[in-house]
Amino acid sequence: MVRSNTYSKKALQYFEKPRNFGRIKNASGIGKVGNLACGDVMKLYIKVTKNKKEEDYIKDIKIETFGCVAAIATSGLTADLAKGKTINKALKITAQTVAKIIGGLPQIKIHCSLLATDALAEAIYDYLKKFKKPIPSSLLKKHKDIERRNKILEERYKDLE
Amino acid sequence: MPKKSIYLDYASTTPLDKSILKTMLPYMSLKFGNSSSQHEKGLETQDALEKARKIVAKAINAEPEEIIFTSSATESNNLALLGLALAKGKGHILISAIEHDSVIKPAKFLKEQGFNVELIPVDKFGQISPIKVKEIIKKNTILVSVMHANNEIGTIEPIAKIGKICKDQGVLFHTDASQTLGKLKIDVKKMNIDFLTGSAHKIYGPKGVGFLYIRKGVKIEPLFHGGGQEFGLRSGTSNVAGIVGLAKALNLAQKRVHGDEIKIRKMRDELISGVLNKIPNSYLTGHPKKRLYNNASFRFDFVEGESIVEMLNQAGIYASTASACASKTLEPSHVLLALGLKSHQAHGSLRLTLGRQTKEEDIEYVLKVLPKIIKKLRRLSPYGKK
Repeated sequence: MVRSNTYSKKALQYFEKPRNFGRIKNASGIGKVGNLACGDVMKLYIKVTKNKKEEDYIKDIKIETFGCVAAIATSGLTADLAKGKTINKALKITAQTVAKIIGGLPQIKIHCSLLATDALAEAIYDYLKKFKKPIPSSLLKKHKDIERRNKILEERYKDLE
Repeated sequence: MPKKSIYLDYASTTPLDKSILKTMLPYMSLKFGNSSSQHEKGLETQDALEKARKIVAKAINAEPEEIIFTSSATESNNLALLGLALAKGKGHILISAIEHDSVIKPAKFLKEQGFNVELIPVDKFGQISPIKVKEIIKKNTILVSVMHANNEIGTIEPIAKIGKICKDQGVLFHTDASQTLGKLKIDVKKMNIDFLTGSAHKIYGPKGVGFLYIRKGVKIEPLFHGGGQEFGLRSGTSNVAGIVGLAKALNLAQKRVHGDEIKIRKMRDELISGVLNKIPNSYLTGHPKKRLYNNASFRFDFVEGESIVEMLNQAGIYASTASACASKTLEPSHVLLALGLKSHQAHGSLRLTLGRQTKEEDIEYVLKVLPKIIKKLRRLSPYGKK
């Protein structure tokens, strides 16, 4: 049975017991996406160190989310998926993957999973930029996209703020 | 401990009262005749239908032939606006900025058809100023539509004063009384109301039945054409069981309203003061005094309404929100925006509406659970205090 306005069991689990929530002091990178006026804001913190193979990997990750059930559930899951992964592998986590693992989302809430992976990408971008490391062109493109979308949202909600 | 099940969404709908169901049941099987039929079986249901019409008319001080039975308040609102617009052909229509979608959407549709539609603003409590209505009525205004009380925030509008102004200006006046029928006294004559919308399922009656009162002499066009039922204004075989249920629900409401009000208002007041005292950055939305006695509506900073409602749901408390994230369009509530709230302030809304089955201990439980939920959500949020 498909209900139009409800969440999967898994999404509700992630909502009921939110995972990876909080802040990291002296984070290696921070990504903030969303807009308070439109209803979802995520702030994602990563701590990056080297693994045994001398690759950058996400040792710790924390998130803060203002938003609906989908926003809280997908941001917790995204952090779960990225934790322990190398930067390169973490960047390959897509919104589709998140939505699939969480057992599907109502159509109108798909953008929430996109917001969560955007927050992750932004935190990684912030880290690479801060430590003057090479930024992959795909990430640079994504960062510009996110910036552009944020601007549109700000414009759209300017009168309402 | 067994899972709690506390229903605090009576403004959405109410459970069907057992005695009302009992009155309806014969009309679903034994007394099944079509009320338009000439034979014994038809006359039996026709009598029931006309008896119900008298009861409904009497409850609002109208005449039986002024009552048109419909399928819902939505249909009644559409019939009033679209039916009048069809009869008039053109003109200026005023509706309040906080009407239910079933008034706003047909009004928008009429605007697309060339009618001049304007919104009447409200103050920060959601109240309409009758003087403002007087100011913006035009020579070609054909209708003013202001709800009796708002469904989200519970604010009661001064409809008698607005009715008087409309009468003096020679403009027709419609009020959607879905939230007040059976709760507040309604006298269509004294209040100078030309159209009034009512519904059964908000007062422990069945879903799928409502009515529109249309003052004698006011001409509208029907939206449904066919067998000519309901004085030709609403064709379709009459839902006799539902209509009998509506009449019984109104009867019961009139008998119980006084007792209900005293009991429910006391619990509602405890709920409001409890929430405002226990939860920092919480605000009452709607009018502090002129509000429906069963409505408690709030907004909370730094949290989002859909999340609050889901956490309450998991705790066995059934409530509702007008948050953008919980709406089909992802737009913030037009009611909260009309109060002058910013869109980020409109996200953390919560409506708790009490009813006949609400108990003191339910309110105590909500006051125990809700502060924890808000605290938990704020801890997750980048805006909450750590």
